[in-house]
Amino acid sequence: MSDDEIILSELSDEELVQQMHDDLYDGLKEEIEEGTNILLERGWVPYRVLTEALVEGMRIVGEDFRDGILFVPEVLLSANAMKAGMSILRPLLAATGAPKQGKLVIGTVKGDIHDIGKNLVGMMMEGAGFDVVDLGINNPVENYLAAIEEHQPDIVGMSALLTTTMPYMKVVIDTMKEKGIRDDYVVLVGGAPLNEEFGKAVGADAYCRDAAVAVETAKDFMKRKHNVRASA
Amino acid sequence: MTNPIEALLAEKGVLLADGATGTNLFAMGLESGDAPELWNETAPEKIAALHQGFVDAGADIILTNSFGGTRHRLKLHHAQDRVHELNRLAAEIAVAVADKAGRKVVVAGSVGPTGELLQPLGALTYEEAVEAFVEQIEGLKAGGAQVAWIETMSAVDEIRAAAEAAIRVGLPYTYTGSFDTAGRTMMGLAPKDIHGVTDGLAEAPVGVGANCGVGASDILASLLDMSAARPDATIIVKGNCGIPEFRGTEIHYSGTPELMADYVRLAVDGGARIVGGCCGTSFEHLAAMRKALDAHTRAERPSVEEVVARIGPLRNKQAAQSGAAEGEGRRERRRARA
Repeated sequence: MSDDEIILSELSDEELVQQMHDDLYDGLKEEIEEGTNILLERGWVPYRVLTEALVEGMRIVGEDFRDGILFVPEVLLSANAMKAGMSILRPLLAATGAPKQGKLVIGTVKGDIHDIGKNLVGMMMEGAGFDVVDLGINNPVENYLAAIEEHQPDIVGMSALLTTTMPYMKVVIDTMKEKGIRDDYVVLVGGAPLNEEFGKAVGADAYCRDAAVAVETAKDFMKRKHNVRASA
Repeated sequence: MTNPIEALLAEKGVLLADGATGTNLFAMGLESGDAPELWNETAPEKIAALHQGFVDAGADIILTNSFGGTRHRLKLHHAQDRVHELNRLAAEIAVAVADKAGRKVVVAGSVGPTGELLQPLGALTYEEAVEAFVEQIEGLKAGGAQVAWIETMSAVDEIRAAAEAAIRVGLPYTYTGSFDTAGRTMMGLAPKDIHGVTDGLAEAPVGVGANCGVGASDILASLLDMSAARPDATIIVKGNCGIPEFRGTEIHYSGTPELMADYVRLAVDGGARIVGGCCGTSFEHLAAMRKALDAHTRAERPSVEEVVARIGPLRNKQAAQSGAAEGEGRRERRRARA
């Protein structure tokens, strides 16, 4: 294909960023690594590369996922490309003390091995600037409690794909209530068999239909949290 | 391959498959997060009671309690080395109930997804997936299952792997997708494309269709797409009984027996040959569905608007409005290079 002839290093900053949005959309990992390195070489601070190239690119992917234009296979490729860019940026971001959106502890609940959606949420949240602690699959309530204590997250995310495992979310939230810590955290839930009413019924702050909505919702809650802090 | 489903279809026209397994086992004391398949060994009387309830309600096809019965799923419960045994038991329990039904009841061996992504998206190779399904389906066959009932699938390659496994083991098979994401499976498979998934394999499916997904309206919309694409196909719909809700500490599904009865009539009118219920469908619901099926004569094919008017609003957008197969949507996003 003739469009393979594009030389990323010959593009202007603006063109390159646009091209990286396209390449993220198409899940082109090596191109994203190359583009990330070029922008850094041109003197961009890591945080600007993250937000303008990667986060903005993933926002477009997320929108099309939300709108049913892209599905899991495409979004996984995009997220993997983003991860490749992130692994270049991560140490630099830490060294430069770049601002963080917040911290998320996420895991699939007890009895459930499904992690495709949960992984996507984790990757998209990381792409949006959150610190993500991934507990993996099959998490009893004790795992969530231990991770909350150890990592002091802003947000706790739970995922389930089975109608037989999704009620376990209520077990986790009820235990948090018993311990008197429920209101210290934002709890987000997701998974194919869930819905908004279900999220409310288990006592979550919100149900997130997909990874894109999870990112938007998490950002909203972080904004509110900051507003509360500012006015306190 | 002889297959009991086609024989019974020839006799009865439309068949009634059973209702929910997991959500009904909750009512019998299953704890959220526990493996239903372990009950084949530790509480077989409860599994038998589940099957009996559906047979008494009028089911023509009952599904074994083996949905999570591949090694990849059982591993979570440290039962990955007991795949054959647990699946064999699942089939034996169902066969014992079917044999004393006093009429023909087909025992279909439920085969759910592994939960793994196949290569290149994930780590599982196609051949490993086939082997995992062979192991499960051999157990089901040894216990007397007559059909491999591949269900709640979302990925084309995983459906093919399970179908290939059924063929290797020597059982006829059906498969159904869960269209829960913008009218498609989460991997992007549209209902109209369900038909061709196992093209090229040595044996064709006995039936294809949809199960689970979201509500009853959405699965009927999927059905209309599937039957429009291939009107002569044997199409299965096994939809959820409305939407899950909590009432106090108990999960309850919003669909009433009356609603599920109307769902059956619309399914038949929409071209389904095998109709059943998925999550939330109790014995009472299934009995109402049997009654509706027996009393109903196939009427004119409904439109999506009629489905919505009778069953309720769609939860998701429809498959025809999603995806970017024809270069719209996705291409608009994409800037031309150079």
